[in-house]
Amino acid sequence: MPENSAGTLATPAKPAREKPGGTLYRGREGMWSWVLHRITGVAIFFFLLVHILDTALVRVSPEAYNAVIGTYQTPIMGLGEVALVGAIVFHAFNGLRIILVDFWSWATRNQKVLFYIVVALWIITMLAFTPRHLINVFSH
Amino acid sequence: MTDTIEAPRSPARPARKRGTNWEKWGWIYMRASGVVLIVLIFGHLFMNLLVGDGVSAIDFGFVAGKWADPFWQWWDVLMLWLALIHGTNGMRTIVNDYTNPGAVQKVLKGALFAAAAVLIVLGTLVVFTFDPCPPVAADAADLLPSFCSA
Ligand code: HEM
Ligand code: HEM
Repeated sequence: MPENSAGTLATPAKPAREKPGGTLYRGREGMWSWVLHRITGVAIFFFLLVHILDTALVRVSPEAYNAVIGTYQTPIMGLGEVALVGAIVFHAFNGLRIILVDFWSWATRNQKVLFYIVVALWIITMLAFTPRHLINVFSH
Repeated sequence: MTDTIEAPRSPARPARKRGTNWEKWGWIYMRASGVVLIVLIFGHLFMNLLVGDGVSAIDFGFVAGKWADPFWQWWDVLMLWLALIHGTNGMRTIVNDYTNPGAVQKVLKGALFAAAAVLIVLGTLVVFTFDPCPPVAADAADLLPSFCSA
């Protein structure tokens, strides 16, 4: 078979392994960063829709606004805010990684290293944010 | 049996030859707005969640205090426009990925567009028509920022 016949798929002589084997993308850093980027993007989008509506209540009355924003200050919502900030921080850092990979050939070759840098920066940011936020939520 | 596989980079449909290449500008917008949004959103979260008592300190008076300064008004309006357009365009990509051209796709994209347009107008009006000292019942006067009674 000629070397350059990638345009056709011949039935392999031996049956392939049951599970699809490793590829450059599937099941690896590239795929998981994409999955997380997509899920976090959708989550932030729906939060933002609600958030603009709740902020708009400042035009209704101080009482109405304080009533909704009061729900942001409950323990359960406090935990939800940790999740929201976690989603934003990942999406933001990974977004920068995407931009670097697109424009800078070193980053394209080293996208895996960059993914682990994103994860490390995410952990550091969340370690700094979470205790302080939870103290604010639970001590009031 | 053989099957033909397209070259990995062949586009689903060819790019337009004449006029503006909107997909290209959308791609550029996602990156340009993303860089600016990092600053705007991280600054927003820092001011509202980390300074002072964080989320527990937010109420009508807090918002009035921030929007008394045009700096924060413009910060919020810029964040509103950039984030909503970025998010809506990202959602459009996802709709394109999971639906086929047809009525369902049109309805989903129409809903995205309508939601973004309504919320951009609403949010912009809220910031610029905001009244920090609205008329309230006497027993609610303590909800207003302190500068209202001065
Ligand atoms: C739990 C986290 C958050 C809290 C407690 C919060 C709180 C607030 C508050 C108090 C305001 C009123 C004005 C001001 O303070 O600047 C506001 C406005 C705004 N926030 Fe947030 N925010 C949060 C997260 C976010 C995120 C993640 C985004 C972006 C995706 C965002 C986008 C906006 C926008 C665009 C406005 C202006 C709304 C308008 O024009 O009517 N916020 N937020
Ligand atoms: C914090 C700063 C942000 C950065 C740096 C950023 C960066 C990016 C980048 C680079 C992309 C990829 C576009 C592409 O693949 O062509 C993207 C996609 C996306 N972003 Fe953001 N973004 C940010 C904030 C936001 C916000 C606030 C929202 C929601 C309102 C959002 C929602 C989305 C969505 C839904 C997608 C599409 C995901 C997909 O196609 O899988 N992003 N973002």
